[in-house]
Amino acid sequence: MPSKEEIFEGVKNALVEALAVDDDEVTPKSTLVGDLGAESIDLLDIVFRLEKAFEIKIERGELVPDDIVNDTEEKYVKDNKLTALGLAEIKKRMPFADLSSFEANPMVQNLSTILTVRDMCYIVEQKLNPQP
Amino acid sequence: MHWYWIDRITVFESQKRAEAVKAVTLAEDHLHDHFKFAPLMPGSLIIEGIAQTAGLLLYEAKGYKEKVVLAKIPRFTFYEVDVVPGEVLTYKVQLETFREAGGVASVRAYRNNKLLAEGELMFAHLGQAFSDQSLFADGDMLDMMRLFRVFEVGVATDGTKLLDPGCSKPKEEP
Repeated sequence: MPSKEEIFEGVKNALVEALAVDDDEVTPKSTLVGDLGAESIDLLDIVFRLEKAFEIKIERGELVPDDIVNDTEEKYVKDNKLTALGLAEIKKRMPFADLSSFEANPMVQNLSTILTVRDMCYIVEQKLNPQP
Repeated sequence: MHWYWIDRITVFESQKRAEAVKAVTLAEDHLHDHFKFAPLMPGSLIIEGIAQTAGLLLYEAKGYKEKVVLAKIPRFTFYEVDVVPGEVLTYKVQLETFREAGGVASVRAYRNNKLLAEGELMFAHLGQAFSDQSLFADGDMLDMMRLFRVFEVGVATDGTKLLDPGCSKPKEEP
């Protein structure tokens, strides 16, 4: 089991390669979209790189639950905003994410913008050493 | 206009690797614009040909069920760019990752056995979310495989001949 520092280094390498950013731009607090300039397709690239680097599997929808985001039955999403039920489900499915700023205006298209480098490290840690 | 940027697939090992050839010829209209009296094969169309080769490998790996699109070029380097009519390029692709959402291939292009370009291409499966948006029809990729003669050279994961899924299996001898 790699240490937290080793996991951070591995995540940083994946982000540097996927997003063509400099090492020193990648800090635990950096957001992937806002600070590092990731686009939606880059998230897939990052997932592939993390899977290869750490020999783990990150399933579709684990970063951002797409079944909730793409809900068309107005159960989780209404007028492009997460409903109370949608928010509760997101909290359950994205326990790593800091949703405090997102909750004020839970526009569904902003959900992926809250992901940080620290969140990526958490996901990798959970995969390598699952905690209940 | 048909968007085919390889002529034939010469090696196709399911879930592993493929090779294709592209003969550059003055019969291609675009070469008369790129550039007039100085035809030069555009690098972007070399990448497209390589992507078609790798995309079909990924399409077959997913059981011909998912439409595949080039999603990102994380890394690509041209060492030479002076490809002209009369030359034959060979593209070699290796599938590095294939998952539910897509895959990654490491790729190389050669001219006369000399490395011309190399890089990494990332592909995404369009999936059900885009099933009603016809970037291309369901059978298009399979038709491309037939046109590029994949089933003449293809090898399945168990080492047997890769069969065209649209054709019935040959009857076994009694």
